[in-house]
Amino acid sequence: MAAPYDLKDDSVVVIIGSGAGGGTLGNELAQKGIDVVILEAGARHEYEDFTNNEWDSFGQLAWVDKRTTSGDWRVAKDFPNLPAWIVKSVGGSTTHWAGASLRFQDHEFKALTHYGKVKGASLLDWPITLAELEPYYAKAEDKMGVTRTNGIAGLPGNNNFKVLKAGADKLGYKECHTGNMAINSAERDDRMSCQQTGFCFQGCKWGAKWSTLYTEIPKGEKTGKLEVRPNSMAQKIEHDKSGKVTGVLYTDKDGKQQLQKARIVAVAGNSIESPRLLLNSESSTFPNGLANSSGQVGRNYMRHTTGSVYGIFEKPVHMYRGTTMAGIIRDEARHDPSRGFVGGYEMETLSLGLPFMAAFLDPGGWGRSFTSALDQYVNMAGLWIVGEDMPQEDNRITLHKGEKDQYGLPIANVNFSDHKNDIAMRDHAYEQGKALYEAVGATRIFPTPPYPSTHNLGTNRMSENAKDGVVNKHGQSHDIKNLFVSDGSQFTTGGAENPTLTIVSLAIRQADYIAKEMAAKTI
Amino acid sequence: MVTIFNRKAAAPDTPEPIEKQGLSRRDLLKGGTVSLGAILVIGGSSIIHPQFAWGLETSNLKPETMATLIQLARDIYPHDHIPDRFYAIAVKPYDAKAGEDPKTKKMIEDGIADLDNRAGKGGYIGLGWEDDRLAILRKVEDTPFFQTVRGGLVTGLYNQEQIWPLFGYEGESYSKGGYIARGFGDIEWL
Repeated sequence: MAAPYDLKDDSVVVIIGSGAGGGTLGNELAQKGIDVVILEAGARHEYEDFTNNEWDSFGQLAWVDKRTTSGDWRVAKDFPNLPAWIVKSVGGSTTHWAGASLRFQDHEFKALTHYGKVKGASLLDWPITLAELEPYYAKAEDKMGVTRTNGIAGLPGNNNFKVLKAGADKLGYKECHTGNMAINSAERDDRMSCQQTGFCFQGCKWGAKWSTLYTEIPKGEKTGKLEVRPNSMAQKIEHDKSGKVTGVLYTDKDGKQQLQKARIVAVAGNSIESPRLLLNSESSTFPNGLANSSGQVGRNYMRHTTGSVYGIFEKPVHMYRGTTMAGIIRDEARHDPSRGFVGGYEMETLSLGLPFMAAFLDPGGWGRSFTSALDQYVNMAGLWIVGEDMPQEDNRITLHKGEKDQYGLPIANVNFSDHKNDIAMRDHAYEQGKALYEAVGATRIFPTPPYPSTHNLGTNRMSENAKDGVVNKHGQSHDIKNLFVSDGSQFTTGGAENPTLTIVSLAIRQADYIAKEMAAKTI
Repeated sequence: MVTIFNRKAAAPDTPEPIEKQGLSRRDLLKGGTVSLGAILVIGGSSIIHPQFAWGLETSNLKPETMATLIQLARDIYPHDHIPDRFYAIAVKPYDAKAGEDPKTKKMIEDGIADLDNRAGKGGYIGLGWEDDRLAILRKVEDTPFFQTVRGGLVTGLYNQEQIWPLFGYEGESYSKGGYIARGFGDIEWL
């Protein structure tokens, strides 16, 4: 039974957000006997409610509250009010993610040391190392059932993967396989195996893909120590005279404002909402927002250097059949400045259904150049580039000066411009993707621009020094001891890897730390 | 309200439930009709596709405007294997919107009038070659009118489930048990 907690109960840990960070932290704490309330802005849709229809699903799951954009990224022109494609629903973006679960590489935790000072970038080393995180990576992989770990078999390759693999072989790439996926290749953890349905982005109707929605959250609820409140949008974190946080002001499912008292608050609302909440929680004690003595809240917004390459072939591929992210090439993920940029990138298969292909292949495109591509939809194969982008101080989330949400709070503006390194990396990846598909006989190639961001990172970054970032190596804010950040916004740098596994690993580690500090009564 | 109607019993790929049995061609001819290009016949408040037996009624936009909108939709996203009725379905919501919002009505009517104006005698729809129509569209592609119509088509056209099979896209697969036994890895030409 889910535990209902009293609003005045100031012994609970309040977590804002129920995705990879918040959902995992909530369950981990509940398993240790700690009382937890999760405030989730979205509704609770169970997996049988998901739909195999791209736009309908977007309407069901996506976070579409208005945001504004600025900077030179193309998203600001094509999708000015949709900078990110993330989820507002119980389970957060773990309902929508593709399942790729990769560990960061050792050097990526020490980006400044390995890449050196890069002009215009605010690179920093993480205050933790791969060695420190390895035990937690192992726990996360076991929890999530990641293929090719813990003796779990890889998934079978679909057509899109087979095209990728054939191209990879032709180009001499060595590390190409069907990925480390948090998608069951056989029944595990009371969840069934992947049925190669496609529509991973629309929520897995089989529950074969790991999501906090049907793993961490019900497990936590079963302990009687976790209450998840859907349709509860956090607006402000309150604090006392000593500067400790004391509770969270939110709007409940009936539109009424409530104050949930708290012993500890953990923010896990993804890298746009988390800094927005901290900034909107300004007070006379903290006029620049909570945890922001460094001025770093909202800064260093990263989104991975992305892009897609689609190729058209003479014969059918049917790329949409089977898992959306069906395989990976890791050879380019290394740090090798001889390519003309620092850091590296992964190449992962990706497919979109016809409706989303029309929206994202070349946003704004029209005429026969565009439609003749869609006419060959069946003969298309596609891959997604995901690489390390440079943190930049002015790529940041700020509060909009004029526009407010339905509760009267300023909305977020997302400012982003590519760094020269990002552009060099993307161009390299486009060339490699083109070469790969041409090696298998592609007759036409589409270097497709980045979609609205799915990997939103870095806006409350971890740092050794309080002046360089927002939180310490446990995600605990430098300024306020009982305030934590538990999502991807704590990433110091982005690495080349899809972030979810690292978010989950950090959340498991953070739960250990919170429990220890609570027992020691330091928080 | 725009009504899309069809004179025949519903074919399996009929875009919408038949809301109204169509006017006969004779009814239309009696009312005095204009034939635009080779495709559409306009009479009263109706557009009739004589050959393929579907039609469309407008309430707020001029039927000529709607006919030109349909041609415009095809010129923006030309798929030669997609019949006109799908383009008609994609643009028909503008008629309802024009009824609710005078600004929309003005934007559409003015936008179409501008295309006709630029085309000269015979209007936009009278230009026989796609290239001649495209030359006009390239001059107006940054206008709110063009961008509204184009943006609306991205979902209005491509999110019609009935056209997906025409692109070979199979849509929903959960109810069929996914593709695990239906060819997810059946590629043979590699």
